[in-house]
Formats: sequence, structure tokens, C-alpha cells
Amino acid sequence: MDFLFIQFLNGLSSASSLFLVASGLSIIFGVTHITNFAHGAFYMLGAYVAYTLTEAWMGAIGFWGGIIVAAGTVALFGALIEIILLRRIYRSPELFQLLATFGITLIIEDLVIQVWGAEDLLGRRAPGLDGAIDIFGQAFPTYELVLIALGPICLCALWLLFNRTRWGVLVRAATQDRMMVSALGVNQAWLFTGVFTLGVFLAALGGAVQIPRDAVHNAMDLQIIVEAFVIVVIGGFGNVLGAFLASFIIAELNSFGILLFPKISMILMFIVMALVLVVRPYGLLGKAETHARTALGNVVRPLAPLTRKAKNWVLAALLVFLILPIFADDFVLNVGSEILIFALFAASLHLMMGVGGMVSFGHAAYFGLGAYGVALLVKFLNMPMEAAIVIAPLLAIAGAIIFGWFCVRLSGVYLAMLTLAFAQISWSIIFQWDDVTGGDNGLLGIWPSEWASNQQAFYYMTLVIVIAALYAIRRIIFSPFGYTLRGCRDSLLRADAIGIDRLRIQWFGFVLAGSFSGLAGVLYAYLKGSVFPDYISIPLSVDGLVMVLLGGIQTVAGPIIGAGVFKALSTIIISHTEFWKIILGAFIVILVVAFPQGIVGFFLERFGSKEEDIAEEKQ
Amino acid sequence: MSSLVVKGLSKYFGGVKAVNNVDFEVQKGELLALIGPNGAGKSTCFNMLNGQLAADAGSIKLFDEEIIGLQPRQVWRKGVGRTFQIAATFTSMSVIENVQMAIISYHKRLLSMLPFAGSLYKEEAYELLELVSMEDQANRPCGMLAYGDVKRLELAIALANDPKILLMDEPAAGMAPNERIALMQLTADIVKDKGISVLFTEHDMDVVFSHANRVMVLNRGEVIALGLPSEIRENEEVQSIYLGTGAVYDEELVGNA
Amino acid sequence: MISRRRLIGGVIGGVLTAMTAQNALAADTIKVGEINSYSKLPAFTVPYRNGWQLALEEINAAGGINGKKIEVISKDDAGKPGEAVTAANELVSKDGVSILMGTFFSHIGLAVSDFSKQKKVVFVAAEPLSDALTGAKGHEYVFRVRPPVIVQAAILADAAAKLPAKRWATIAPNYEYGKSSVEAFKKLLSAKRPDIEWVDEQWPTLFKMDAGSTVQAISRAEPEAIFNVTFGSDLTKFVREGTTRNLFEGRSVVSMLTGEPEYLDAMKEEAPVGWLVTGYPEYSIDTPEHNAFKKSYEAKFNDYPRLGSVVGYSTMKATAAILAHAKSLSAEDLIKAGEGVKFDTPLGEVSFRPGDHQSTMGAYIGTTALKDGKGVMVDWSYKDGGQYLPSIEEIKKQRGM
Repeated sequence: MDFLFIQFLNGLSSASSLFLVASGLSIIFGVTHITNFAHGAFYMLGAYVAYTLTEAWMGAIGFWGGIIVAAGTVALFGALIEIILLRRIYRSPELFQLLATFGITLIIEDLVIQVWGAEDLLGRRAPGLDGAIDIFGQAFPTYELVLIALGPICLCALWLLFNRTRWGVLVRAATQDRMMVSALGVNQAWLFTGVFTLGVFLAALGGAVQIPRDAVHNAMDLQIIVEAFVIVVIGGFGNVLGAFLASFIIAELNSFGILLFPKISMILMFIVMALVLVVRPYGLLGKAETHARTALGNVVRPLAPLTRKAKNWVLAALLVFLILPIFADDFVLNVGSEILIFALFAASLHLMMGVGGMVSFGHAAYFGLGAYGVALLVKFLNMPMEAAIVIAPLLAIAGAIIFGWFCVRLSGVYLAMLTLAFAQISWSIIFQWDDVTGGDNGLLGIWPSEWASNQQAFYYMTLVIVIAALYAIRRIIFSPFGYTLRGCRDSLLRADAIGIDRLRIQWFGFVLAGSFSGLAGVLYAYLKGSVFPDYISIPLSVDGLVMVLLGGIQTVAGPIIGAGVFKALSTIIISHTEFWKIILGAFIVILVVAFPQGIVGFFLERFGSKEEDIAEEKQ
Repeated sequence: MSSLVVKGLSKYFGGVKAVNNVDFEVQKGELLALIGPNGAGKSTCFNMLNGQLAADAGSIKLFDEEIIGLQPRQVWRKGVGRTFQIAATFTSMSVIENVQMAIISYHKRLLSMLPFAGSLYKEEAYELLELVSMEDQANRPCGMLAYGDVKRLELAIALANDPKILLMDEPAAGMAPNERIALMQLTADIVKDKGISVLFTEHDMDVVFSHANRVMVLNRGEVIALGLPSEIRENEEVQSIYLGTGAVYDEELVGNA
Repeated sequence: MISRRRLIGGVIGGVLTAMTAQNALAADTIKVGEINSYSKLPAFTVPYRNGWQLALEEINAAGGINGKKIEVISKDDAGKPGEAVTAANELVSKDGVSILMGTFFSHIGLAVSDFSKQKKVVFVAAEPLSDALTGAKGHEYVFRVRPPVIVQAAILADAAAKLPAKRWATIAPNYEYGKSSVEAFKKLLSAKRPDIEWVDEQWPTLFKMDAGSTVQAISRAEPEAIFNVTFGSDLTKFVREGTTRNLFEGRSVVSMLTGEPEYLDAMKEEAPVGWLVTGYPEYSIDTPEHNAFKKSYEAKFNDYPRLGSVVGYSTMKATAAILAHAKSLSAEDLIKAGEGVKFDTPLGEVSFRPGDHQSTMGAYIGTTALKDGKGVMVDWSYKDGGQYLPSIEEIKKQRGM
């Protein structure tokens, strides 16, 4: 009994830490609709700045003052980023802000190493709170008690702020209905800045209070960001109380779960999230939005068949790819194959999120399942490449059929997070099932058949398969099915009113996207010769999103160009400097500001066919 | 002969009887107008008729076939077309593609992946656009249309599956007066031409009394009068609770979702 | 300011090297390709890079290999196996290197190893610890410098067997390194001490340990001793919570790698005391080869060496030794030269076993203590890796030969 109580307290202190970060993220998303990927980076910055300040300032006042000042400093930094960068792109397609904050994260990660060094830092213990007190005969750290109190204190402070101040009431109103607030004549820009600053403050505070119990290190951001998102989704976006409840549930389940299943913490929160979303599609306390937000990729400009000029460009590009082996060395062909594979991966994601309006944060799941499909066929059946390429995608398809059935029942960011949950669950199975998947050491020796083993032959094989798949995707997009999928995205009401079974169509679209992604994974496995859990992990899903958004979500060609640019760029930069994060990050931020429609979207707008051209072409 | 027979249709939101025990019939080939003050239950009634909202009680028979409990898409397949108070179209498609989509769906070719959707049923779609005089704008992106044109497009879409009955929720809302007359005249012509029935709600009394064959008045979820326009005009109850209030006929409180 | 200059320098330098790499020194140098997780794990890989750069300088200053200088082309793998294979490909097919070396993570080491087998290029793995690299998944093209998990675990199990403790708990990160360490340690210790009981095991997710709950869960099992495999920020959290909650009071702790400066130094004055650890007591090793290494390292980098520095230095020396003994730069000759070749390391001379290409480098075992507010290893001794490696017959069985 005593032990259970202590374990309960342990859960509470973890819950508080989670809540601080998650509440900030929830508030930011609720009002500004920014999917703030940089939230973890602000958390990390909070810890680093607090480390510096608490080392410099002495005593209890120095310590707590340092923590507050650190959170405030980082909050100001966040405000600056909001004003300088995010303000410019609120009008861009949704999720574009995700891309910007992803770029910021990369930059901050490198900056932190430059400023504070690469090694872990050990922060000071809180003066007077470095000991333990006796609870039922167990030593319990005093500082943890402070943390336990901090969660509810913050919750109350936020409640007072949102219910007892005019600013807070406006923020709440904005969470429910943005249009109304601007109709009331409130300066929306400053409201957003304020909310973003508050959110960043909470994140930085969450990071700063970790220094007496954790090491300060440069991977803190990635540790927390996904967890924070999961908490926010379980609680319901924009709902602070929901985030509190979710933090409590997750932390306590973990605290007691490890007693029975010591390996559970790896996957626990994703299982909880999947279960919650299946039962409550808007999280525990979230509500369906009053005004349906326009789905991603919803645009005025219709998808148009290629103009003659565009056709010539495509043919020219194809020709370049065809004759590339004549003058390129093996390494260029290797990178070329990789770019082609990722073009297919990005195009499949675009089919799902651009055409289908279903954003996926877990598209790597199908890529990885395809890759592991090959690896397992080779390992257990010794299957030749020709057969494995055909059969392996079935594993990805099976995954998409099961996951998709659940996912299409949700919408918006909840759908996206459920795809993430399924991806993480798949990842965890692959990561832990050593006997079959080789665990994190992966499966080796998946090399192409003899005839395709030289780089040139493999390149041509990849080229043929990818071009065929891309052509198929394009045909699907312009087929009745593709139109129907797009229709479900544009207007559910209208789709329903002309006899379209939305769930079935989206499910089918989901599975198709998963299949093509799986095919890309299959080719990738043969390109690299081995498979690892990395191929199904979150960073790969994020890469996919970046490619699609970078290229432009509104055109069929966008994701393909985006994949090419992103992959080529990162390969070149990584090959030449280990400071690639800061360069790539800056590059992404610049692109986001310069090309708010994506690269292809920009060129279309600038040089592309106008409405009249489209009409002309069609007659 | 009645194309639609509604009996005891009811919907409650908490304790509020939004629609309470409503009975009516729509005759084949007629334009029946549904009017009533704000919150009378018109949209709720409409949304139950096409399955968008589950009814709490009652029966809806389309040519003697019970359609209550069906999904909107199933109701549509039975031959009930629908336009919306706030127009709903596929904004990323051109005008003609919107109509083509409806025809493709009518022919159950939604899952087809081989042909180009843009070249399927183009003539049929074009004819429907001609019917509503939208053929000039066939290739314009739908998102760029004027509001009145979107309404006409919706009418063309609603006609795509050879409907037996059309449900039109405020077809003329937001249009200029002359546009309203034109649209309703167009609707009336089509009805006569094709022999279908129309049930519509409308706030503009000029539109109602000049085009409806019969008028039904809803108040607080109940039918208080049903008859020829001339009868309704004379009905004292209607005048006192409805025409006399001078209410602003805006969106209703429920049923817009 | 320095940081920015370094950054810009890095970029410009990188681009310039890339442009000049192919044509410049082509004929009179031997090219060595090097890959590691520089951007992902700078805390570990920067000392490692310092190490090989120091060795490279020494080798070239002494005239290189048969009159040819060694040129190292170094790539970052971003901590991703896919990028590592791309880098390996670039090094082999574009830069034309004769031999590959490097890597830190086990799975990346395995990915490059499999690539080297497919492309028939010799690969000298530096830091990966997985037994599989030169064990079950070993092959003729791969060599490894650092002692694998089994050696570390065996050294610790030997010492642990002498402890009176009978009730043992384990804590390890939930991935291959953690799992194989615990498995090896349990097996070896139980063999020596059949009376031992394993009362609890904790498997926190790597770098996501919920330290309070985990510490509490271990202490509930009331073990007399704990075997720890966590490292980095997990270790810091574990030590902090464990100390405050008296987990270590009256209990023996046996811990993998904790004595390496990479981990011990990060904990400053909170470093654990009295733990039995493997590590690297660079401050008190007094041998001519180590003194020389330490002196030139500190002169060049103005910093003390880490274990990574030793591994980087030794890997470069091993690669050079292979090159020096080879009749030609063909893979067959390099393999032949590598088998059994002896090379100097700061820890003394070691060699690659002909049977499995694992080096006989060993590890230090000692007890942790605090000295001048800093964790150190005391009462340490060096254990030769060759003594603890599985027999070649055992390796052959693992490889299914």
C-alpha cells in the first residue's frame, strides 16, 4: 500500500512535467492552429538558459529567479519568431507552419551545440530541496513534491487567466471561433503573438524545472515533442483541462505499468492515444469544431491536366533521367535512385493528404512495412527479388487496410495523430521483436538479384518502377475515383448528397496511398541492402511531410519536385558538413517565406497557365 | 398521386420539440413551399427528409417506399435531389466537373480508376448546365463563381440523377430579386418538363406566393396550415404568428450543420 | 563568435574539400573513407575524431605507408543507417577509397558492414559494441577495434561473482545493446554463482526513462545488487533519483561503461561512489604508450582524451597497420594483411584475431570514487580483451559455419 502510494506520487510528478509542455502546445494550436513542431526545441532552450542562469546566480532566489527568467527569455525569443516568421505565413496552407517550425527546430538544435557544447550538462539541484522526506518509510525527493504542486498551480493560473481576464476570454473565444473574434474588432495578430508567447513560456518553464532532476542535453527536444503532441491529442486540442487529465492518465499508467510490463513505456502512450481516438474522435474533452475548417489542400485552382508546355518539360525531365547513366558515376546513380524512391514516397503521401485531405504523421509506417516485407521474405523464404518486389507491398497494404479503417473515421489533426499512433505501434513491434525482425540491429543482406546488382541496372529498374507508379498515381488522381476522393475533401456535405460513401472512398484512398508507399519501401530496402526500424520511424514520416509541403501540396508535380529538392539538398549538405541541420533548417525557413505555395505552386503562379489556358487546353 | 408521404415526423433536441409530429404529402409535379419563422423547424425537417439528421419518430415514404433511417447517399440513390441553404460544391473542380461527378456517381462508377473523369459524361453534364443556363461558365473553377451561379450549379447537380423529388433549402437566398425570380421560374419550368416534385423553403414571400403550387406553414415544429397560396395568404393564424412579426428571416438556430 | 566562424569554416571547408578531393592528391596518397554520427552524437564523436586525426598526423609525419600519405575523407551519417550507406557508397564509388572505417551505433555499424560485404570493401568498425558485428553477422570484410558487449559484461561478471550479493536486479535501456548486455551478464554470473537470484528487471525506453518510478520499482524488489546498463542522460537521472531515494545505500552496483569520462564527467560532483564499472581512467594510467598519447592529445586539442579518443586513435592505427602490411590495395590482400596484424594503441599493443577479425583490445575495470568534486575510477586494472572473447569455435557456431 505504502509502495503504491509512492508510485502514485511518482506518477504525479511526471504528470506535472508533461502537463507544462503539453498545455502550451495545446493553447498555441487551439488559437493559432499552428502545429508547433518547435515546441520541444523551446523546452530544450528553457533548460539550457536556466542552466546558465542558475549556475551564475546563487541561492534559492538565484535558482528560482533563474528558472523564471529563463522561461521569460525563451518566451520573448518565441514571440520574436512569431512576429518575424510565423506572421508571414498564417495565410499559407495549413501545416505550412509545421514546416517552418520544423526548420526552426533544426536551427535551434545546432545552435544549442554551438553555444553550450555537445556534452550533457548537469544543472544545479534546487537549494533546500535537494534532499528527501520520509513518506511511509520511503525516501521521496522534496523537489518532486514541488513539481507535483506545479502542475495544478499552473492549471489554476491558466484557468484564472482564461476566465477572469478580458484577454483570456478573447483567447477562449478565438479557440472556438476565430472569425467571430476578428469580427469583434480585436487585433488578431497581437492576440496570436500573445498566445504563442504564453505557450512558449510554458514549454520553456517545463524544460527549466527539469534541470535538478535530468541532464541538460541536445536531444531533449525530440524526447518531449512527440509525447507533448500525444498528450494534447488525448486531452483534446485547445483544451487545457484535457491536457491535464491526459498527462495524469499517461503518467500514472506508465508508473504502474512498468511494475508489470517493464518494457511498456516505449509504446504505452500510443496505445492509449489510439484507444481514446477510436472511442472519442476528438480526444477526452475536445469538441467537434463548430466551423468545419477547410481541409488541407483545398484550393480554388482546380487540378489541371498538363498543358503542352508542361508536357514538354516532363518529357525533357524523363529524357534526362534516361540518359543520366551515360555521364554520371555510380554514386550519382545511387543518389538518383534514392531520389526516385522518395519521389514515389512523397507522391503517395500527397495522394493521401493533398488529394484525399487526410494528413498523415505516420506515413513511414507503410514505407517501413514494405521494406520489412522484403526483408522477411528474403530472410525466411529466400525469395528472389523479382517475386519479393511484387509480394512485399502486401504487408504495407495489409497495414493500410487495418489502420485506415480506423483513421478515416476521424478527421483533421486527430486523424493525423492516429496515423502516428499506428506508425509508432508498428515501429515498436519491429523494434522489439528480435527473433523475427532483428530488433534495432535490423535485417541484413537484402541485395538485388545478380542482373540488377550493378548501380546502372538498379537505377534503370528503379526508374521504370517509379515512373510507372507515378504515372499510375497521376492517372488515379484524374480518374473518377481520384475526383471522388477530392470531392470528399472539398465538401463532405455535397459528397454525401450525391451518393458518395465517404468512408469507403477514403479508406480505399488510404490503402492506395499506403500501397505506393510500401512499394517505395521495397525499393529502398534493395537500395540500402538492409532494413532498420529507422525506416518506419517518425523522422522519416516528417521527411515525407517536408517533401510534400516544400514542393507544394496543390499540384501533382509538387511532391515529386519537393522530394527531389529535399533529398538532393540534404544528401549534398550532409556529405559536406556536419552542421547540416542549421543550413537545412535555414533553407527550409527561407523557402517557406519565399514560396508559401511550395516550389511548384510558386512557379505555376509566376509562369504557369492562367484560368484561360486551362479552358483552352480542355477544348 | 403523392410522390412523398410524411407521417408523424418528429425531432427533439433535449426538451425542445424542433419538429413535432409533422404530416404532409408532396404531390407529383407540384412545387410545395415550406415556410415559417426563425426556428420553426424548416431546416431540421429538411435534414431529416434526406437522412442527414436521424428522426426520432415518424415515417417518410417515397413512392410507398420507407426511406427513414437511410443515409443521405442512400436517399439520393432513391431519387431525392438536394440543394443547400449555404451552397456546397466541390470547390477544387470546375463547374462542369461538379456536374460530371454527380453523373458518375449516378452511374456507380466512383471507384473506376481507368478513364479520365474529365471526359466522362461531358455531354450529359453540358446539357444539364444548358438547362440552368450555366454552359458559358462550364470550365470556370467552381470557387470563382458568383453566389447566384453556384445556386444554379447546385440545381444542375441535383438534377443529375433524374430525381423524382427535389429538396431545395432556400434556393434563392442571397440572390438579387431579379435573379430569384429567374431561378424559381427556371425551377418551375424544369419541374413541369420532367414531371418531378419540389419541396422548398424560402423566406421571400414574393417568391413563395408567385411560384409555389401549395404552401405549408411550420411554427414551433408543428404544421399550422397547409393549402393553396391564396388560402395561406388569408389565414389569420399565419398572419398573426408569422407574417405579422416582422421577423428577420435569417439562418435558423438548428439544422445548419 | 567562435562558433559561427567554425560553422562557416566548416561549410566552406567542406565544399572545398569536396571539389578538390578527387583530383588533387590522387596518385600519391592512399584514401581512407571514414563515417560517423558527428551531428547526432557530437559529445562522443568529436573526441573520436580528434583521436583519429592525431593518429593520422603521426602516421603521415612518419612518412605514411610505404612512402604514400594517408588521406582520410570523413562523412557524417546523421545517425541514420540509410545515410551511412549513402555515405559509404559515395566514399567507395565517387571518392575511390581503399578502405572504410568508423561508425558508433551498432545498427549503423552493421549496415556499413553489410554494405562492405556486398561491395567487397574492407571496413574497420570503430565503436559499435554489438556482439553480432564480429559474431553472428561477422564476415571476412569487417574488422572491429573496440571490445564488444560480451567482453565488457564478462569482465564485470568476473568481479561481480566475488560480491556477496545474492539478489540481483537489472536496469538497461530497451534496445539491443541493453538487452544483450543483460543477457550476457546474467548468463555469465549465473554460471559462476548458481545461488544467485534475479529479482527484478527494468527496461526504460532509451533516453526517456521515468526515473522516479523506475527507481521505486527496483527498490521494491529489495535487491542486494544492481546491474546497470543505462548511460548518458538516463544514467544521470537514474543516479540522481537513486541517490535521493537511497536506492544505492547498502547495495552493490555493477555498471557498464560508467567509468568512461564521457559518462562519468557529465555527473560532476554527483557521480556515484563505490560502483564497480568498466571505463577509462585516463588520469591515472601510467604507461609509456598512454603517456605519449595523452601528452600529444592534450597539446593538440587542449582537452583531455576520452575513451572515444582512444578508439578513434586506435582505429586509425589499425587501418594504417592493415594498409602497411598489405601487398596491394585489393580487398583480398587487405584482409590477408589484417588477420592477426598487431597495432599500437594507447592501451598497449593489440591485434585482430584471424578467426573473427575482432581486436583483442580490452577494458579497464575499477571502482568509482569522488576526487576534487569529480568522479574517478580507483583500484582499477586493465583486462585484456583476448581473455574474454568467445572462442573461434564458438564464433563459427554463431555464424552457422
